[in-house]
Amino acid sequence: MNLTLKIWRQKDASSKGQMVDYKVTDISEHMSFLEMMDVLNEQLVNSGDEPVAFDHDCREGICGMCSMYINGEAHGPDRGVTTCQLHMRMFKDGDTITIEPFRAAAFPVIKDLVVDRMAFERIQQAGGYISVNTSGNTQDANALPISKHAADEAMDAATCIGCGACVASCKNSSAMLFVGAKVSQYALLPQGQVEAVDRVQNMVAQMDLEGFGNCTNTGACEIECPKGISLENIARMNRELMKASLK
Amino acid sequence: MSGFFKSSIGRKVAMALSAFFLMFFLLQHFAINSLSVFSADLFNEVSHFMGTNWLIQFVMQPILILGVVFHFVMGFILELKNKKANGVSYAKNNGAANSSWMSRNMIWSGVAILAFIILHFIDFWFPEINTKFIQGDWSGMHDGELRYFHELQHKFLSPIRVGAYVLAFIFLALHLLHGFTSAFQSMGATAGRKKTLQTIGKAYSIIIPFGFIIIAVYHHLNHH
Repeated sequence: MNLTLKIWRQKDASSKGQMVDYKVTDISEHMSFLEMMDVLNEQLVNSGDEPVAFDHDCREGICGMCSMYINGEAHGPDRGVTTCQLHMRMFKDGDTITIEPFRAAAFPVIKDLVVDRMAFERIQQAGGYISVNTSGNTQDANALPISKHAADEAMDAATCIGCGACVASCKNSSAMLFVGAKVSQYALLPQGQVEAVDRVQNMVAQMDLEGFGNCTNTGACEIECPKGISLENIARMNRELMKASLK
Repeated sequence: MSGFFKSSIGRKVAMALSAFFLMFFLLQHFAINSLSVFSADLFNEVSHFMGTNWLIQFVMQPILILGVVFHFVMGFILELKNKKANGVSYAKNNGAANSSWMSRNMIWSGVAILAFIILHFIDFWFPEINTKFIQGDWSGMHDGELRYFHELQHKFLSPIRVGAYVLAFIFLALHLLHGFTSAFQSMGATAGRKKTLQTIGKAYSIIIPFGFIIIAVYHHLNHH
């Protein structure tokens, strides 16, 4: 495949970026999107140019590092995949592909396609945990009776890899799918009940402080989420916050 | 609780609560207007009751105006905040791939409805306030009969006004097609009830606005 790539280039956080056109040739349809980017970067390095900076780590769809807004969608046109799992067979020979960083005021660009997603970490630190005494007499989690239904729902919520595709896809740059998933995974389990009130209040407060937008229920986040996190988690977070506010 | 309404989720809930109130109002407005198609006398009687009952005039009407103003003002505030949260715009954004046109354009369907409400106030509400509160005429009478049905038909003589009403109600339908279920989602409706809510939402969003369109067109074609 021969492709034209329109890629956002930005030297550093304080520079003004712009779209730059590149050509890549002989791309195999079996390559992942990141491998195609590797081919481009090899080409750029060989010609003495600066390679395109992009986030990646596990390259098997589990770490949540790879991002990129490809042809107007987070992680590209395929469903239920991260960019590393997106294959070039989703594109046609001669295509022009637009590649941009995830956009949100709370996700500032660091360089080219790399954005700072530490806002998610700060939200997690505000309450996305349970306090367990690990002095040696910790209770076995399996000793607690939990219904299969609740365990499954909690596990579904816990599959969120915090990649930020929900924020990038949202027309309001809202982080509510991410925060909803993190609140839900504990709200559904007995271990999460002790800190339930503080958790939802603190995580929502931190989310607002980081400058994410307000959810208007478009559902774009759910469609673009590589892990299929359901909007139901946002509804549950809303219920949790309402309950917490009445206590 | 005051802290709750300052949070992003609290604002969503406040938008949803005002939306529920406005949707209930719309339903009763439609029920009364639809009487005009079946019986001029009944429409006159009910309109006179609504227009002169103190509870409706001095309690419900101010609450309604507050609800309308709140929904619009909060809608605009949230839109501005969301725009600020966006940062730099995408060079290419394929919104249609993951969301409905209605959900992405609530602000524009809302602006169209606001424009309609201004026209509607000029048409009906301001003359009503003038008659009752400035001229002090609470009789509801004109030329020896209750005036409401005659006023309604008179307003729909102009095809331009009927056209504007039809267009506004199409925007209202588009606004409701997303807004109805969105309000329930904001209130934390559970997934189990989603299908039922979606069906009720679609029915409400289509039947009510198109019912209003039929009433306007009916009076345009059948004026005496």
